Amino acid sequence: MNPSQFAYQRAESVEEAIALLEEHGENAKLIAGGHSLLPIMKLRLAEPETLVDIGHIPELRGVRQADGEIAIGALTTHHQIASATEVRSAVPLLADTAARVGDRQVRNRGTIGGAVAHADAAADYPAAILALDASIVARGPQGERRIPAREFFLDFLTTALQPDEILTEILISRPAEGHGWSYQKLANQASGYAIVGVGVVVALDGQSAVADVRVGVTGAAAVAWRAEATETALRGQRLDDGVVTAAADLVDGGIDFLDDLHGSAEYRRRVTRGLTRRAIVEAAGRARQG
Amino acid sequence: MPIALTVNGVERRAEVEPRTLLVQYLRNELALTGAHIGCETSQCGACTVLMDGQAVKSCTILAVQADGAAVTTIEGLAPVGTLHPVQLAFWNEHGLQCGFCTPGMVLSTVALLADDPDPSEESIRHGLEGNICRCTGYHNIVRSVQTAAKNLAAGATPEPLSSRDSAQAR
Repeated sequence: MNPSQFAYQRAESVEEAIALLEEHGENAKLIAGGHSLLPIMKLRLAEPETLVDIGHIPELRGVRQADGEIAIGALTTHHQIASATEVRSAVPLLADTAARVGDRQVRNRGTIGGAVAHADAAADYPAAILALDASIVARGPQGERRIPAREFFLDFLTTALQPDEILTEILISRPAEGHGWSYQKLANQASGYAIVGVGVVVALDGQSAVADVRVGVTGAAAVAWRAEATETALRGQRLDDGVVTAAADLVDGGIDFLDDLHGSAEYRRRVTRGLTRRAIVEAAGRARQG
Repeated sequence: MPIALTVNGVERRAEVEPRTLLVQYLRNELALTGAHIGCETSQCGACTVLMDGQAVKSCTILAVQADGAAVTTIEGLAPVGTLHPVQLAFWNEHGLQCGFCTPGMVLSTVALLADDPDPSEESIRHGLEGNICRCTGYHNIVRSVQTAAKNLAAGATPEPLSSRDSAQAR
């Protein structure tokens, strides 16, 4: 199984990559680890004329601290995110999500920038990116801009990135000390992809009531979403079974669930509600009060 | 497209079409047929090789992406005529039946044990998630990894094939 023919160019800097994107327009695609792009190129679902390899640009690699935020370079692999001490301690939801992407070999090659820019409906990261209210940094001919997670995932394989923009890093505000988190996932047994994935971040106040909560859902629909009705139903509440169940049942407000060989729409709806319930309970269990 | 890489310790230069997959280069150009083509969709792990020490699926890497890298295939894991302690453990613990997944299993195990020399059973199963075996049911594979870990910790090195009987007697 081969991809169609293409021309290959290796960019040594972000600027060079942007110039190549400008030159080739929509006929060019960026490649880093290639673990999202090559599979669909082999299936001829994507047939770019030019591949611009950004996999060797040092500036795009690694995790750094940036003014109350953690910046994760686009080329940072899932394995690096899962094992980086600073990510595990400050943003355990992201580290845990990364540890559960695909399998070991995939985590060694696949990058967070590639996965987020590709925006596969069944990708793991969107749940965490939404629950963490992260920002996606994109650079293009007009300069750099920050895109809030909620405005980034637009539709199936479609994001707010312009064709001549490069995703350079993901910025995450450090969640409050003592926050609770959970990523609950029903994985496809063969590929590891999320049939449904739910990410939750929660902070409790001194009375064990929910001070803040965010819920991101991936896999279940064409595009990942923030479950705002669930969040509203939880805020200010002490989490007994009734509150959690009622809030989780609001998770799908207006969403069209995917209906395919991995699960019917009704199955996905029920799994999504169930995993949302579990994620809230686990996150609250991990949260320290006040 | 010119590429230069090190494969099993030997420097190689080649001219490849950009769409050539690493596994195709290894098999078709270098006759290193231990890297198997199974599912071709980065799921089964039969094509696993080590690239700069990390286990990767060579069906989902372009040969041009491996430019400058050091690649180890099953053929280069131990000197010719010898078996690496992980290979020997798979043999002795019956960690294979048909053998199709074995090169990938062995290389994944080598990478796993390099990171975690004394893994729990759970870590072994999690670490080998990317390698699918349709014969064994995995139990003997897990045992093979445990035996390899024990022997490597005791300082095991590659052994000549003829020492198999003595190895089994241990």
